[in-house]
Amino acid sequence: MSKLSLITRGILKENPTFVLVLGMCPTLATTTSAINGMEMGLATMFVLILSNIVISILAPAVPDKVHIPVYIVVIATFVTALQLIMQAFLPAVYNTLGLFIPLIVVNCIVLGRAEAFANKNGVVDSALDGVGIGLGFTLALTVIGMVREILGSGSIFGWRFITGDGILAFVLAPGAFIVLGYLMVLFNKISKKN
Amino acid sequence: MEYFVIIISAIFVNNILLSQFLGVCPFLGVSNKVSTATGMSGAVCFVITLATIVTWLINLLLVKFHLEFLQTIAFILVIAALVQMVEIVLKKISPSLYQALGIFLPLITTNCAVLGVALSVAQKGMGLGQATVYALATSIGYGLAMILFAGIRETLSLNAVPKAFKGLPIALITAGIMALAFLGFSGLV
Repeated sequence: MSKLSLITRGILKENPTFVLVLGMCPTLATTTSAINGMEMGLATMFVLILSNIVISILAPAVPDKVHIPVYIVVIATFVTALQLIMQAFLPAVYNTLGLFIPLIVVNCIVLGRAEAFANKNGVVDSALDGVGIGLGFTLALTVIGMVREILGSGSIFGWRFITGDGILAFVLAPGAFIVLGYLMVLFNKISKKN
Repeated sequence: MEYFVIIISAIFVNNILLSQFLGVCPFLGVSNKVSTATGMSGAVCFVITLATIVTWLINLLLVKFHLEFLQTIAFILVIAALVQMVEIVLKKISPSLYQALGIFLPLITTNCAVLGVALSVAQKGMGLGQATVYALATSIGYGLAMILFAGIRETLSLNAVPKAFKGLPIALITAGIMALAFLGFSGLV
């Protein structure tokens, strides 16, 4: 597989949100605006790339029986590093994303890529896979956040284009489910046509 | 009274699935049938309550030695070990319960509801009694939303749904409408 297709695959054909439907909790919870969605996506991408790299190096040395606990420790280590970095340099972002930063540990996307890709492939390929899947996740979260922000607060990336209020329900919990549902329908339609 | 407020708020107002979005993967994954949804809710209820008590005790140690930054890594390991242990003990003591909950147990390690509740209890600095009641009420809320949702999906599968909406999209939209109904509880506490 060429290096470029490793990256594009994660964005379209194996999009973690719309096609594989993994990591739903942060997808629904943090996409109250486009910026929040993007930040969550980038944070996950950080952990995904680093854990993919380390796991692809470690995999041949890890006995089969304990591989899941070992992977979880690797992932949890990077999540803790991310928590400390964000607390130090991006405290505002850390506070808006809240609980969902430590919860990257149990995001099925990260463990899923370790199991399905990183433990069978080389370092460079695994890193690129992390970039691709991470970009796909970030893109999906940004799009969901954008739709919710436009409908819910009448703004786009924080820039308001209407005066008055939007439809509040789209910023609250119900909007997350409904917007994701309709976007999935749209994604199904478009990807079937190609 | 204080416990009563915790219970009502955890079950209805801040429902873990429909307003906090924790544990959504199994919510969408195993909610095709009421029977599997009930089994999963039972297993989750058991593990969340047990894990919250154990991680609360672990957290005492972490705080004592100023190692709070190890919370994430320590909690996930404790939860994973606990789930394994519950599985082994259940197999020995009650094979019938193991039959009912067994297949769901391995899935629970990566259920973010368990880690989410443990972490938020630690963040809010609850006492052991409060934490236990909170965990129990939260998992009852989880079961309530899960079983209701499974009931709706069972009926839904008998109806003609447009092709593009089949499967997950319609389930998500249904969950959205349920969340809208649960919004009605806000302001109750």
